[in-house]
Amino acid sequence: MLLNVVVTGIGIISPLGHSFEELMDALLAGESGVRVVPELEKIGGLRSRLAARVEGIEPKQIPRKIRRSMSNMSIYAYLASQQALAMAAYPDELLSGGRTGVVVGSTLGSTETSEKFFADYFRDYSLERMKSGLFFQLMGHSCAANIAQSLGITGRVMAPSAACATSCQAIGYACEQIAFGRQDAILCGGADEFHPLTTATFDVMHAASTGFNQQPDASPRPFDHDRDGIVCGEGSGILLLEKKSLAEARGATILAEIIGFATTSDTSSIANPDVGAMHECMQLALEDAGMEPGELDYVNAHATGTRQGDLAEAEAICRLVGDRTPVSSLKGHLGHTMAASGAIELSASIGMMRRGELVATRNLQQIDEDCAGLLHLQQNRKLRPRVILKNNFAMGGINASVVIRSATHD
Amino acid sequence: MTEAEVIERIDSSLAEEFELDRTDMTAEANIYEDLGLDSLDTVDMVIVLEGAFDFKIREEEAIRAIRTLGDIHRFVLGKVTENS
Repeated sequence: MLLNVVVTGIGIISPLGHSFEELMDALLAGESGVRVVPELEKIGGLRSRLAARVEGIEPKQIPRKIRRSMSNMSIYAYLASQQALAMAAYPDELLSGGRTGVVVGSTLGSTETSEKFFADYFRDYSLERMKSGLFFQLMGHSCAANIAQSLGITGRVMAPSAACATSCQAIGYACEQIAFGRQDAILCGGADEFHPLTTATFDVMHAASTGFNQQPDASPRPFDHDRDGIVCGEGSGILLLEKKSLAEARGATILAEIIGFATTSDTSSIANPDVGAMHECMQLALEDAGMEPGELDYVNAHATGTRQGDLAEAEAICRLVGDRTPVSSLKGHLGHTMAASGAIELSASIGMMRRGELVATRNLQQIDEDCAGLLHLQQNRKLRPRVILKNNFAMGGINASVVIRSATHD
Repeated sequence: MTEAEVIERIDSSLAEEFELDRTDMTAEANIYEDLGLDSLDTVDMVIVLEGAFDFKIREEEAIRAIRTLGDIHRFVLGKVTENS
């Protein structure tokens, strides 16, 4: 069991608020961040018109020299990192000591920046108009590097990239860095920015929601009979993890403990989930935590609202905990925030511990018989969970699960 | 284009690109110490000026000697005159 890693700060930039508390208020109120995005109508062949965008961010609040190497995903990640450090009251002098690191990933470098560059490049195949900031926005570790550079963090910097499992992996890997004694604290999580190509990625595989273009808040519909696919979102979730003894010594407020992590490769298919592989991943995370399935108080599912993914995850969770443990997905509220989803939803799970209320699956009106057998939450439930399992299952066959425990478990 | 129009185009282009306060943009202002530009910015400055005046200056030796906004004004005015 990972006994020594705690969460002391959380930063959120999401379609449902720009702080941890705003996110929790919106989730508990059952709000939807999904909107019709008119620009999607201009793209030939794209059927989905919905997205969950981050609204109301003013990039110019960030000094130009910091911002010039940032696309939107790095802006979100930077702002969320600032929030996490502020919430933790983390001392500035510890950032540059080499014992504080960054593990933050995204699915890709900035697609919007890439599009703008190539649109110009293809005019005459000239590089003469290429600005100096371009590469820094395109590189695979753009978010992580921008966070470290802008905040003066001199420890380890890593940028795991595993599509929708990115930030779940980032949190797990950060936890292991601390548990292994290599770092004392790590800002970890993920970020992504919306681009129509992200929606197209799912639409071409018939996995994007297309049937609710006139009713944006009715989609996505995790586990629901009428679910018809993913709604892409954007944002960033960043957690500050610290070595427990050091956090306690400096008097930090401990929000939760990370006690188990597993990530596995499902080689049965690069696109389609396998029930057995999902179950194995959750089981391994529980074993890492030294927990039995019966000790779980809540499962925060990945469930994105696709036919196959929800079905497989429901069966895998059912195999793990039957109908004993409440299960919900937050994609109905937030859409799928891609690389940020694991960190945003794990943060929300910590929020449920602290608020004493489980958030129901939004838009789950008629449980699909293929997803039945679980204790689905169709209404919020007053309950203060002690142990939570969080899943992310990604394209490429990447599975990840994290187990967290309430800070007040003793 | 008059000299004043050239200078205005230079200043407005640089102000937009580097988010500069026009009141700081005096001819004597050192582009590094007073306007806060750095080596990456000078790469972009060349691209901005090339775009604003439709000329090529990237390989010009004289660019390396530029220190003040007035140096930029003189350099660009020289190029504009040369090309006209």
